[in-house]
Amino acid sequence: MTEPLKQVHLAAHFPGVNNTTVWSDPEAGSHIDFSSFVHFARTAERARFDFLFLAEGLRLREHAGRIYDLDVVGRPDTFTALAALAAVTDRLGLTGTINSTFNEPYEVARQFASLDHLSAGRAAWNVVTSWDAFTGENFRRGGFLPQEERYSRAKEFLATAHELFDSWHGDEIVADPATGTFLRDAKAGAFVHTGQHFDIHGRFDVPRSPQGRPVIFQAGDSEEGREFAAAEADAIFSRHSRLDTGRAFYADVKARLARYGRRPEHLLILPAATFVLADTDAEAEERAREVRRLQVSGATALRHLEFVWNRDLSAYDPEGPLPDIDPDTGEEHLARGRAQTREYRDRLATAREWRELAAAHGWSIRDLVIHTGNRQSFVGSPATVAAAIDEFVQTDASDGFILVPHVTPGGLDEFADTVVPLLQERGVYRTEYEGTTLREHLGLDHPDHPDHVRRTRRVAS
Amino acid sequence: MSSPSASSSSSFPSSPSLLHLAVALDGTGWHPASWREPVARPRELFTAGYWAGLVAEAERGLLDFVTFEDGLAPQSSLPLTPDERTDQVRGRLDAVLTAARIAPLTRHIGLVPTAVVTHTEPFHLSKAIATLDHVSGGRAGLRVRISVRPDEADHFGRRSAPRVDLHRDLAAQPAVTELFDEAADYVEVVRRLWDSWEDDAEIRDVATGRFVDRDKLHYVDFEGRFFRVKGPSITPRPPQGQPLVTALAHRTVPFRLLGRQADLGYVTPHDADQARAIVAEIRAEQEAAGRAGVPLHVFGDLVVFLDETRAAAEDRRARLDDLDGAPYTSDARVFTGTPVELADLLQELQSAGLTGFRLRPAVAGHDLPAVSRLLVPELQRRGAFRRAYEADTLRGLLGLARPANRYATA
Repeated sequence: MTEPLKQVHLAAHFPGVNNTTVWSDPEAGSHIDFSSFVHFARTAERARFDFLFLAEGLRLREHAGRIYDLDVVGRPDTFTALAALAAVTDRLGLTGTINSTFNEPYEVARQFASLDHLSAGRAAWNVVTSWDAFTGENFRRGGFLPQEERYSRAKEFLATAHELFDSWHGDEIVADPATGTFLRDAKAGAFVHTGQHFDIHGRFDVPRSPQGRPVIFQAGDSEEGREFAAAEADAIFSRHSRLDTGRAFYADVKARLARYGRRPEHLLILPAATFVLADTDAEAEERAREVRRLQVSGATALRHLEFVWNRDLSAYDPEGPLPDIDPDTGEEHLARGRAQTREYRDRLATAREWRELAAAHGWSIRDLVIHTGNRQSFVGSPATVAAAIDEFVQTDASDGFILVPHVTPGGLDEFADTVVPLLQERGVYRTEYEGTTLREHLGLDHPDHPDHVRRTRRVAS
Repeated sequence: MSSPSASSSSSFPSSPSLLHLAVALDGTGWHPASWREPVARPRELFTAGYWAGLVAEAERGLLDFVTFEDGLAPQSSLPLTPDERTDQVRGRLDAVLTAARIAPLTRHIGLVPTAVVTHTEPFHLSKAIATLDHVSGGRAGLRVRISVRPDEADHFGRRSAPRVDLHRDLAAQPAVTELFDEAADYVEVVRRLWDSWEDDAEIRDVATGRFVDRDKLHYVDFEGRFFRVKGPSITPRPPQGQPLVTALAHRTVPFRLLGRQADLGYVTPHDADQARAIVAEIRAEQEAAGRAGVPLHVFGDLVVFLDETRAAAEDRRARLDDLDGAPYTSDARVFTGTPVELADLLQELQSAGLTGFRLRPAVAGHDLPAVSRLLVPELQRRGAFRRAYEADTLRGLLGLARPANRYATA
């Protein structure tokens, strides 16, 4: 008898404010009109995806002291958009990225508990941290948090939010008109939290929501981030969409769970993945090359080179050779509000390597940026892509994927129409939702489940 | 600043004989025993369907908008401290999210959630209301309120609540006046952030590779006594340009907030003379703030018990008071009677300078349908209320133009 096949989990990331998103495509629609979100969410639900994912950034990105204008700019408020999407979907999970630095636990907990009620149990929270004073300039407190404290604040923020979610048990509301008893417990929602970052007490004002707590996502890849996820998260939004690195990451994180009294299935690993489909593999490869060219315009190529060179290269021709001048190795000063600048620690070595690559292949600046940038995770015919996704999951390189289409809002349609049926034929993907809540879609226990309760008690004690 | 007259309402293009109507939604209704009525559905209070039903009923009555009450602590029968009553509704859902959840289910009615400004971030609230405006196609508003409650302050742990004397005018006490000044700054930031994107900032210019014209994105650079905010917003300018900003005001200090920053104020006169005096004071505050002649609606708030006969309404009120163990009192006038009598009262108060009314249904499941199905037809018969929705946006329903962007160079 063979082991049952692992089931593939799929989710949809609304195209983001970076150059993965091709806004110049003639099919590209609005990034802010609600109709785009409705189209995207309904496609994901039609394809029986687990959830829709919204990212967040709390300050517009800048380059050389001015707002970065080459990528999509602008997005909705996460909570408000998800609450509205709850009205146009029935089963799709609604995952929002919410920052633990520029928010307070009481407010965020009532927003997530409210979203969970309003969506009948479909809310999830991707907990992110930041510390930069640049983002802090948009908030009353400013940039108050030292970088080394961001995870300690995030951990305490999440623990405090859980105390608030758990301050109602679910049986308090009697609402019996005959006896006049609305609440069984006069102190429903009472809480006290005293810690390094939060010192709060009182009564939480949102009764226990259908999922008890929202599903918790964590996105960090650092040692600290992995440990935080192993202890606290229900799912990881990872970057490892290659088989080898994916398996290593998967094994590493799943191995950390036991020390928190958790089983491997208590934490799902869901890498972000891009894709390009066509009737044949060859056509898909050709289309993928075109998409990468659209993702990297000449102007975008120069800006990306500037991340490494750390100096103004606007006088250079993107279709010409790489600059002879060396990078400025001084303080990073061009790009603000984006994560990827941290990847280029050794600017001189990177520049040397890139010049050699460009010389060897005869690449222009733009060619170089296209070739050194990310290739799409899955390129091929629907059959090829379905097989590749299945292999990832069956060989423990992931539990599924958060798909990031490059066109808004229709970039998911083809996947839903062609790849999903093939995964269903393989018997690795649902044909109907079996449950109503996101926890049920993901196979996660309700927080009131005895195993879960025991574990939380142990961690708390 | 077209009209020199502080008391003029001539800046409203809509017919002066028409009045505007809103309904204030709060739990099962404003009477604390309302949840015990057979129509109340208290066990559904925390579901989307409950709120969708109420707003659909209000939209059926062609109302201008609904407001959603909110706070950052459980409801309490005491002015400044939590209580431990178990015989009243406790707990609620976030008002902005509730409004957003209802937006796609409705087409015309305005959605105005309450937000506490004392403990929250103007950057977050600005983009939340902008997004509510995007998802509703231009029907968003905002009701701002301050918080003096120590329990709400303790839930955030960032500042302590002001010491206040409940026997004196609350808003006139310096610490509370300061909270209103802070609220005015807060609204200023929210409004600037709404304008921080010009309407045509998104250009998608393939030739130059530029998605936006960054000369049309603006730092708001607000620096005040209480906070500073840089901007621009992460959310493009909302469809209405400036969603409706509203506040409830009882005395001079909050009237000043209306004069400085609001599009619409809720006030609580108990008769026409009080209404006249309040309107005059608000117009004076408007003038003092340099906003004379800028359209500023003044709505009268009334709690309503509506029945076919006055006796039935009075009986119902008495029965609810018995259940709660105390006579119901309110900051607003409590009206108990028939739709015809209420229409008379509204028209009398309208003649004193009010432009509309926000009715607080004593029992949502009873008095809201009474407004939409009995009061509205009565007002329509008198030519005092719309017979169809005449605009697509909340500002449009209220006769307010879409404002020019403060940062746009003509």
